[in-house]
Amino acid sequence: MSEPRTLLAIDKVSKNFGRVTAVDGISLDIRENEFFALLGPSGCGKTTLLRMLAGFETPNHGRILLDGRDIAKTPPNRRPVNLMFQSYALFPHMSVRANVSYGLEMERLPAKEIRSRVDAILATTELVAFADRKPEQLSGGQKQRVALARALVKRPRLLLLDEPLGALDKKLRGAMQLELKRLQHEVGITFVIVTHDQEESLVMADRMAVLRDGKLLQCDTPHAVYERPADRFVADFIGVMNFVPGKAAADGVLAANGARISGTVPAILSPGAAAVASVRPERIRLFPPPETANRVAGIVEALAYHGLDLQLHVRTALSQKPFLVRVTADAADRRPVASGDAVELGWDAADVRIFAD
Amino acid sequence: MNSYRPSRSSLLMAPALAWLTALMVVPCALVLALAFFRRGIYGGIEYSFTLENFGLVLDPLYAGIFLNSARIAGTATLIAVVIGYAAAYAIAAAPRRWQPVFLFFAVLPFWSNYLIRTYAWIVLLNREGLITQLLRWFGYTGEPPSMLYTEGAVIAGLVYNYLPFVILACYAPLSRLNPELAEASRDLGASAMTTFRRVILPLTVPGIAAGAVFVFVLSIGNFVTPALLGGGRFQMIGNLVYDQFLTANDWPFGAALAMALIAIMLLVLTAQALAADRAAGRIAQAKGGADD
Repeated sequence: MSEPRTLLAIDKVSKNFGRVTAVDGISLDIRENEFFALLGPSGCGKTTLLRMLAGFETPNHGRILLDGRDIAKTPPNRRPVNLMFQSYALFPHMSVRANVSYGLEMERLPAKEIRSRVDAILATTELVAFADRKPEQLSGGQKQRVALARALVKRPRLLLLDEPLGALDKKLRGAMQLELKRLQHEVGITFVIVTHDQEESLVMADRMAVLRDGKLLQCDTPHAVYERPADRFVADFIGVMNFVPGKAAADGVLAANGARISGTVPAILSPGAAAVASVRPERIRLFPPPETANRVAGIVEALAYHGLDLQLHVRTALSQKPFLVRVTADAADRRPVASGDAVELGWDAADVRIFAD
Repeated sequence: MNSYRPSRSSLLMAPALAWLTALMVVPCALVLALAFFRRGIYGGIEYSFTLENFGLVLDPLYAGIFLNSARIAGTATLIAVVIGYAAAYAIAAAPRRWQPVFLFFAVLPFWSNYLIRTYAWIVLLNREGLITQLLRWFGYTGEPPSMLYTEGAVIAGLVYNYLPFVILACYAPLSRLNPELAEASRDLGASAMTTFRRVILPLTVPGIAAGAVFVFVLSIGNFVTPALLGGGRFQMIGNLVYDQFLTANDWPFGAALAMALIAIMLLVLTAQALAADRAAGRIAQAKGGADD
C-alpha cells in the first residue's frame, strides 16, 4: 500500500479573540479520503479550528495548506471546502431542491448540469420524494440529509461537519453514524467532523485528534487513542478509566496504601514522582487466576445490568472512587455476584497505563 | 351548534371597544354620511342625497393632487426604507449589548412633539438658517440656497419623522435572522452581495413591507409637514381636506376627499396584511438555530 497523501496541512495555527486563546499552535495533517474527527470538551477550540478551515475565521499565526496552497486568508466562497452547519442553516424560503442547487448556481454551471447533479445527490441521500418541500416541512433527520446533500453536491475537496448528529435523538444518531461513514466511502470526499461525543468519533473516524484548551493532545487512530492515551486527560475523556493515584516506582506505581500496581513506567517519570496507574473496566477480571500480576480485594457496592454486560462498582483500598468493572453477561451467569459480596479483582501488567499526575 | 358565549375575560375589551366606537367608528360614519349630502349655498349642509362629491374627487384637478400626494409619499417611503434598512442592518450586526442603546437613539426624536420636530426643520432650512450659516462658515459667499418651502423640504420632513418606524420594523426580522444562514450562503460560494440579495433580503421583506406601509400611509394623509415645510405651495390631500372644512366651508366635498383617502390607506394596509400572512411561515423558520 502506498503512503496516504496529505490533503490538508494545519501548520502551527493559533487564533485568539482578544485575550482568549482559542487555538494554540496546532499542527495536524489530514489525509486524502480520510474520515477525521476533531474531539474535545466544549471550549477546547475545535469549533474555532473548523471555522478557520471553512474560512469564517482567519488564524493569527500559522498556515493552512490545502493541496500545498495556503488558504488561511482565502474567503469562504473561494475555497473548495464546504461546511455542514450544526443548525443545518437551510434556507427557509427555498425548497429542498433550491437549497441543494444554490451552491451550483453560484458556480454558474449550465442549468442542465445543475439539474442532473442535484438529482443524483437527492437520490444518494434518499430525498427525491421531498425535493419540493420547504425545510419547515421536514423532520430533523431529513433536514440533516438536506444539509449534507447541499454541501456534497459541490464536490468539495474537504467536507467539514460541525456536530452533525447533535440534534438527532439517540437511536437515529446510531443509524446516521454508519450512514455517514457509508456515504463518505461512496462519494470519496475527505470528511472532518467536529464532535464532543467520544463514542461518535471512535465509531466513525479513521483518525482523530483530541483537543483541550486550544492545544492538540493526541492525534491517532481511535484504537491507538483508546488503548494508548497520550496523557491522563485523554485517558479519562475517551471511554471509562479506573485510576489509582500514587508515586512512580521502578516497575509500576506505589498506591497510597502501599500496594504496588505493576506496569510499564514511561521514561519521563522519575521514581517518586506523582503518578497515576490506570486500567479500563473491560480489562479487569473478577476472581482472577493466581498468576495475575495486579490483584486487589473489594466489596461490590452497586451493580447495573446493561443486557450485554454487567457493570459493577467495587470499593477497594486503592482509590477514593470505586472501581468500575465490566463483566460479560455470560461470565455473570456462571458466577453470580450481588451487592455487598466480597470479591477479588485482577488485571495484567500489560493492561496498565501509567501517567504523570 | 356552538354559539359564541362571551367569557368574563372578554369584558376586559369593553372599555377599549367603547372608546373606539365613540371616537373612531361613529365619527367616521358621520363623515361618510356627510359625503352624500349637498353643500348649502352659504356653506353649511343641505340634507339631500347626491353622488356629486365623489364625482368631483375624480376631477383631474383633484385627482392630480391625489397622484402628487402619492408621489411625494412614495418618494419619502423609498428614501426612508433605504436609510432605515441600512441603519437596522448595522444595529442588528452590532454587539448584542449595544443594540438596545442604538435602538434607543433611533427612537429618541419621538420624545419631542411632532410639531416641534417639524419647526426645527424650518430653523435648519431657512434662508439664513443653520445650513446656510454652516455653508458660510466653510467660505460660501453666494446667494443663500432656497431649501425651505420646496418639495424636497416636505420629503425630508416626512422621512425624518417616520424613519424610526422603518428602523424598528426592519430591525425585528434582521435581529432574528440566524447568522449561520448568511455563512452557509458564503460557504456555498456566494459573494456578500449575492448573499444579501438571495438570502437576507427575501427573509426580511416582511419588515420592509411593514415599515414602508407605515411611512406611506402616514405620509399620504399628512398635512402638518406640507403646511409648514411646503409653505402651502405644495398641496397634498391632507391640506385639501383641511381647506375644504376650514376655508372653503364645503364639508360634504371634504368628507368625500377624506373617504377616498381612507379607502386608499385601507387598500394599502390590506395588501400588506395579506402579503405578511403568506410570509409568516418564513419568519418562523428563519428564527431557528439562533437561540442555542
